[in-house]
Amino acid sequence: MESVFGLVGKDFAIVVADSSAVHSILVHKTNEDKIMVLDSHKLMGASGETGDRAQFTEYIQKNVALYQFRNGIPLTTSATANFTRGELATALRKNPYMVNIILAGYDKETGPSLYYIDYIASLHKLDKAAFGYGSYFALSMMDRHFRKDMTVEEAIELVDKCIVEIRSRLVVAPPNFVIKIVDKDGAREYAWRQSIKDGQVLAA
Amino acid sequence: MMKIDFSGLDPAAPIKGRTDELCGDILATPSFALPTTHDFDGFQKAAVQMVKPAKGTTTLAFIFKDGVMVAADSRASMGGYISSQSVKKIIEINPYMLGTMAGGAADCQFWHRNLGIKCRLHELANKRRISVAGASKMLSNILYSYRGMGLSVGTMIAGWDEKGPGLYYVDSEGGRLKGTRFSVGSGSPYAYGVLDSGYRFDLSVEEAAELARRAIYHATFRDGASGGVASVYHVGPNGWKKLSGDDVGELHYMYYPVEPTTVEQEMTEVSVA
Repeated sequence: MESVFGLVGKDFAIVVADSSAVHSILVHKTNEDKIMVLDSHKLMGASGETGDRAQFTEYIQKNVALYQFRNGIPLTTSATANFTRGELATALRKNPYMVNIILAGYDKETGPSLYYIDYIASLHKLDKAAFGYGSYFALSMMDRHFRKDMTVEEAIELVDKCIVEIRSRLVVAPPNFVIKIVDKDGAREYAWRQSIKDGQVLAA
Repeated sequence: MMKIDFSGLDPAAPIKGRTDELCGDILATPSFALPTTHDFDGFQKAAVQMVKPAKGTTTLAFIFKDGVMVAADSRASMGGYISSQSVKKIIEINPYMLGTMAGGAADCQFWHRNLGIKCRLHELANKRRISVAGASKMLSNILYSYRGMGLSVGTMIAGWDEKGPGLYYVDSEGGRLKGTRFSVGSGSPYAYGVLDSGYRFDLSVEEAAELARRAIYHATFRDGASGGVASVYHVGPNGWKKLSGDDVGELHYMYYPVEPTTVEQEMTEVSVA
């Protein structure tokens, strides 16, 4: 079961996700990127069924881009979160998407924000959130050590504490994690935490 | 032979079990024979499940410096019955792209053919070949739209396009993974072990073909649902080429020839005294 978690710091938000692609007992890939960059200042980390995860997050990404093309201004994080929740809710009673989402974004007016959206379309604006088996360990770690307005270094320390805990206590612990950050300078990949390196992806 | 027990329903049946030969059948409660199974109610469901196409196969593909090596076995099984030993599980989508088959044979063949058509239409409309990423995305979107309707497809799309060699894993749940080494099917864990331990990016074509062949052989050795012929294809800059198709039984004796053992005791004729 895939772990995704995130937290909000002083002027930034961080989303962390594991990077294994698993089918029953087989690990197909250990460097799968599950945190989609929706636009310049938004990150969407998703966990759930493989097909649904990729298709749904891409669908949200394209709709966010479409809004910007049509209206000339980007969506706020709050609007994106509510749009995403609306899409999940509409599909819920017909053809549900089995995806859990942590949406993080930075808006000029309101600063960083984090939204927890689960597969049955509940939406919560939070400072810290987690999904998957890893959440059993990450949530308590974050509850214990989180403070408002942490710096990037302090937040990464906390993230690493959570990753270490997941790796050491979870029986089917994912070996690798990807960390992405969003702040006033935009949404970008921050680091990987790898304990198993996948086969090198060749250059063309 | 188990007979279904209606004695509880029939009050006129003799309570004492003893029936003698002459009137035994007349007085006995009417009943009919059941098939000899432990679990009659679950039996029918199990029979249907047995015949359903499970991903009983071994296919693998990996990228190395000279392109993509694709290999597969050729056995088709329906539960415990081997229905064919000569199934083509590597499907030629177009001269520079291959697809592998795992899951329902009809589903894989049909959708790969369909993908080939769509790729050709793309070529005609855009005056250039479609990329491996594009082709795999088309297939993935099609399969996603049929989610939950019972398609069973676990395929790898391998090809060489402008970006060089490309390999994608696509399945009927709508998943699509880009990678450098994949194995799909019931024999895939066995193949992964041999493949992972022998893999280097800078293998030559012959070494890579031998690695692929060996991995398929080991999977067919341990997995009952895989067997037949190990086919190996290579996708290079000028398209795909079939390198070999060896019967896995013959491969076994090639890899592990029979050692002539010394005879400990030999029976000889005893001369009649």
